[in-house]
Amino acid sequence: MLLEISELSVFYGKIQALDGVSLDVEEGEIACLIGANGAGKSTTLKTISGLRKVAHGAVRFKGADITHVPGHRRVTMGICQAPEGRGIFPGMTVMDNLGMGAYTRKKRDAERVTGDYERVFSLFPRLKERRKQIAGTMSGGEQQMLAIGRALMSDPDLLLLDEPSMGLAPMLVTQIFEIIKEINGQGTTILLVEQNAIQALSVSRRAYVLESGHITRRALAADLLDDDSIRAAYLGG
Amino acid sequence: MAMTSNKLGQGISGAWAPVRKATSDVSSRWRNAPKWARIAGYLLLVVLAVLLPSQTVGNIMAPQSDWRTVLFYPIGSYILLALGLNVVVGLAGMLDLGYVAFFAIGGYAMAVLGVNYHWSFWEILPAGVAIAALSGVILGAPTLRLRGDYLAIVTLGFGEIIQRVANNLTVTGGPTGISGIPHPPSIGHFSFLTYGVLDPTPYYYLELLMIILVIFVSYRLENSRIGRGWVAIREDEDAAELMGVPTFAFKVWAFAIGASVGGLSGVVYAAKVIAITPENYPLLLSVLILVCVVLGGSGNRIGVILGAFLVAWLPERFRGLANYRILIFGAALVIMMIFRPGGILPAGRRRSELLEGRGGGQHLGGEFDLGQPGAEPEV
Repeated sequence: MLLEISELSVFYGKIQALDGVSLDVEEGEIACLIGANGAGKSTTLKTISGLRKVAHGAVRFKGADITHVPGHRRVTMGICQAPEGRGIFPGMTVMDNLGMGAYTRKKRDAERVTGDYERVFSLFPRLKERRKQIAGTMSGGEQQMLAIGRALMSDPDLLLLDEPSMGLAPMLVTQIFEIIKEINGQGTTILLVEQNAIQALSVSRRAYVLESGHITRRALAADLLDDDSIRAAYLGG
Repeated sequence: MAMTSNKLGQGISGAWAPVRKATSDVSSRWRNAPKWARIAGYLLLVVLAVLLPSQTVGNIMAPQSDWRTVLFYPIGSYILLALGLNVVVGLAGMLDLGYVAFFAIGGYAMAVLGVNYHWSFWEILPAGVAIAALSGVILGAPTLRLRGDYLAIVTLGFGEIIQRVANNLTVTGGPTGISGIPHPPSIGHFSFLTYGVLDPTPYYYLELLMIILVIFVSYRLENSRIGRGWVAIREDEDAAELMGVPTFAFKVWAFAIGASVGGLSGVVYAAKVIAITPENYPLLLSVLILVCVVLGGSGNRIGVILGAFLVAWLPERFRGLANYRILIFGAALVIMMIFRPGGILPAGRRRSELLEGRGGGQHLGGEFDLGQPGAEPEV
């Protein structure tokens, strides 16, 4: 198991955002976490990345307990997140943003970093065209691509994607999910958080349903796509 | 009302477009100039700065006051302080409203160690810088988990606390302060290296040396790994942590470096003025130094120096207008901020952050992350 979360509880002040969440991600798969707005999906990802403090429970990555490891050290361990929405550095160019993705890479890795730029540019040719553009001036879709590309620059073993389809035109959504599959095909494990349940379930192998801080369902993604109650709640009938 | 005045600002600032274009042309030409040309440019500036304390210049620049005194304080001191605060505000994007505290700590280090322990200036200088840096860490470590306005309030309190403490301790001489602070030892028999009571010029040169040193160090820092980390923190702190930037440690570093520059200028200032009292370190000074940074162009060293120069010099230049000069000065600041919100010389990056509606607002306390009441929840 690449990532194991057990009985995770997280609070914002006195408000409990996560209440005993347990989930795991196997090496090589795409797993997804679906649920309504405010269910705690983003909080789960932020906690895995180390941005939120854990009240109870544990996070284990590659078998090691990382519950109290600071966020920036988790990047060198192999976890990287593409944050929700416009989580890029708006004043930096596309190239500088990608460079920030490789912030923890060592000098002796220079050759592999160059290879990773190539990888990102072949996944997102659009970013290559715009590499000198200031990131904040790009469209929402381009910024989303940049956020994913930047995360890939850390050469993660586990890629966390927070709402990659948010605010994108339908055609772009399909395109982004194609690219997500491709990244996974290249060997990167992915944990995906989405409100767009149909798309998320159709690319994932396994899925978790999160409702107000609790995991209420865990199943193979294909089964959830056929499930009537899930269809009614998240897939629009 | 806010809307209309904003539109007005934009409308009139359209007329400024050629000016804006000219400054950005100059700055991009400067950036693209070959290395030798830039070094020559810097040397020219240093030569100008060395020639500055002449009476001819003084007659134009400050006909109603002693130009050489003004050159040391406020002008030189503000520039040094603004360069230090620029590391905190301009580079790392944190709002510090109590920066005067470090100026005071450096000053009292000079006074106490010099008067009570008879250390010489050159021994006190590193000690004062170290004490200021340490106090920056002590203030920063527990408070830098706060963001935006919360951090601003804590630093505001720190500035006040230092002044109150100085006012109430015996070792700092209470409200009467400390007098008889030793001057730096004179070097050789050169008049510009003889630190006496009458001629402020040697102190100005000492300050100039420190300014050049701080410019050099902060330039190297800005273009280092930690500098890239600061930019990332300023633009989006969470994203920076997600990319592996040790945000907390780097913020403490920014605070400590800013504090040590504040301490440095405090030591130099106290070594000239013979006596200091808590009244030398009012809240207003923190605010003025912040004005220097923001007015000049937060994050742009040349802009910050220019801003500090104007803030220090304008009220001296128009001393003849008595108290109206402060009114005019205030109006000038407001007008500047309407037409050039990024400062006189905005940092290139900052300009696009402002366009995006981020960055500029964040470090001035504009960040409201709903669901997260300012601090990391203490659980």
